[in-house]
Amino acid sequence: MAQYLMSVLNESAVATDEEQAAIDVFNEQLQADGHWVFAVGLASPGTATVVDGRDGEPVFTDGPYLESKEHIIGFWIIEAPHLDVALRLAAAGSKSCNRRVELRPILGE
Amino acid sequence: MTGVDEVIARVHREEWARVVATLARRLGDLDVAEEMAAEAFATAVERWPVEGVPPNPGAWLTTTAYRKAVDRLRREVRREEKHREALMLSDTPEPLGAVDDDRLRLVFTCCHPALAMEARIALTLRMVGGLTVPEIARAFLVQETAMGQRITRAKAKIKAARIPYGVPFREDLPARVTGVLTVLYLIFNEGYLASDPAREPVRGDLTAEAIRLTRLVRALLPADGEVAGLLALMLLTEARRAARVSAGGELVALGEQDRGAWDRELIAEGHALVRARLASGQAPGRYQVLAAINAVHTDARDVRDTDWSQVVALYDQLVRLDPSPIVRLNRAIAVAEIDGPQVALAEVDGLPLEGYHAFHATRADLLRRLGRSAESRAAYDRAIALAANTAETAYLVRRRDQLAGP
Repeated sequence: MAQYLMSVLNESAVATDEEQAAIDVFNEQLQADGHWVFAVGLASPGTATVVDGRDGEPVFTDGPYLESKEHIIGFWIIEAPHLDVALRLAAAGSKSCNRRVELRPILGE
Repeated sequence: MTGVDEVIARVHREEWARVVATLARRLGDLDVAEEMAAEAFATAVERWPVEGVPPNPGAWLTTTAYRKAVDRLRREVRREEKHREALMLSDTPEPLGAVDDDRLRLVFTCCHPALAMEARIALTLRMVGGLTVPEIARAFLVQETAMGQRITRAKAKIKAARIPYGVPFREDLPARVTGVLTVLYLIFNEGYLASDPAREPVRGDLTAEAIRLTRLVRALLPADGEVAGLLALMLLTEARRAARVSAGGELVALGEQDRGAWDRELIAEGHALVRARLASGQAPGRYQVLAAINAVHTDARDVRDTDWSQVVALYDQLVRLDPSPIVRLNRAIAVAEIDGPQVALAEVDGLPLEGYHAFHATRADLLRRLGRSAESRAAYDRAIALAANTAETAYLVRRRDQLAGP
């Protein structure tokens, strides 16, 4: 089994009630089929703080690391035997949250 | 070439995909499979001239490559002091069984939709076609290092993202087969109408390779009508290759070709495939319709014998499957033969194909036939500015310069 990060890409706005309901259905299906590992929504990029603790006193910077029109508003971590299964889950996930998703493999051992 | 060299070249052509495919399944690693297959062929080049060609060259190569892979994995495992993996690999290969399925898996993996189109083409030529990286780089006029990186990146993605080495899900199969055919058709077209002005206009090496790969896919998916359609389309196009460029390096239009120079054998094979598809009674896809159009053209011993109403009817069918402006442009060319250039021009004008040289070339020809020389000249100028293929440019320049009047 491999794990994949499925990031939800967004240009604005949080999920509507209908979208949230569809996401809940998708999540239940993921759990029932044994693909579920983890999923969360994220607060807006404006609430982020960049922290650099590499050298002495940590430096805090207000705002996101990357300023962009598109950003990640949530993610799933899913488990699948191979990419064809992960792609299907990503397609269903994208449909449920009504946004594009980026699928990226998590490094195994 | 000596006898043994010829045998090795032939075995390479015939067995490369099988050896890579079998190894990839048994090792679970495409990269190692490719490398060991290449090493096994190198060993054959050394040993067969001395020891003679083994009775079953394919099995010899698979076994040799597999042993090399096992040796290498054992060495690596020893280095890492992990014995478990080595114990799972046995010395004696399994009997050659579902090898054809292995090659099909290989084709689907190389043409996986999660890979960029350029990577799919390069991987297919390398893994299935057995072309070397320098050969593929030359074919697409890309630096060897860049092509090497493209293939390496694709292989790394296959591994990291776990692109499966397998046949797609049943529901995904039609789309995935279409994806494979797209790759094969792109390889063929690059050979048939080389897009680079620095290259010879028609590249027989690439068209031949595309046909060979399509034959393989057809052998693996014999029931698929579109695979048969694409093969027929390629054969009927390839049949006209010798007549398509003049001795002076100029493209020769279909209507002006020496039909005696067409390859009757390829035409007969292509026609047989088209007839078999028609007899199947199944609704054809776009490659089958394109093949049928080419069958009508190659059926006519003289351009005046062409059944243009049949061609237009087939284009109508194609427009329903693929209503793209390029299909409508090609339909209009056939319409001109029945309803005249005025009707055809009305259909061509307004198509959103400003950046496409064939759009302007078609307009130029229709305007010429209507005696509108000045407009025709302007259209030829646009077409010449946009055309990339040297033979096509030469043809367009001559047609423009033959126009009457200012």
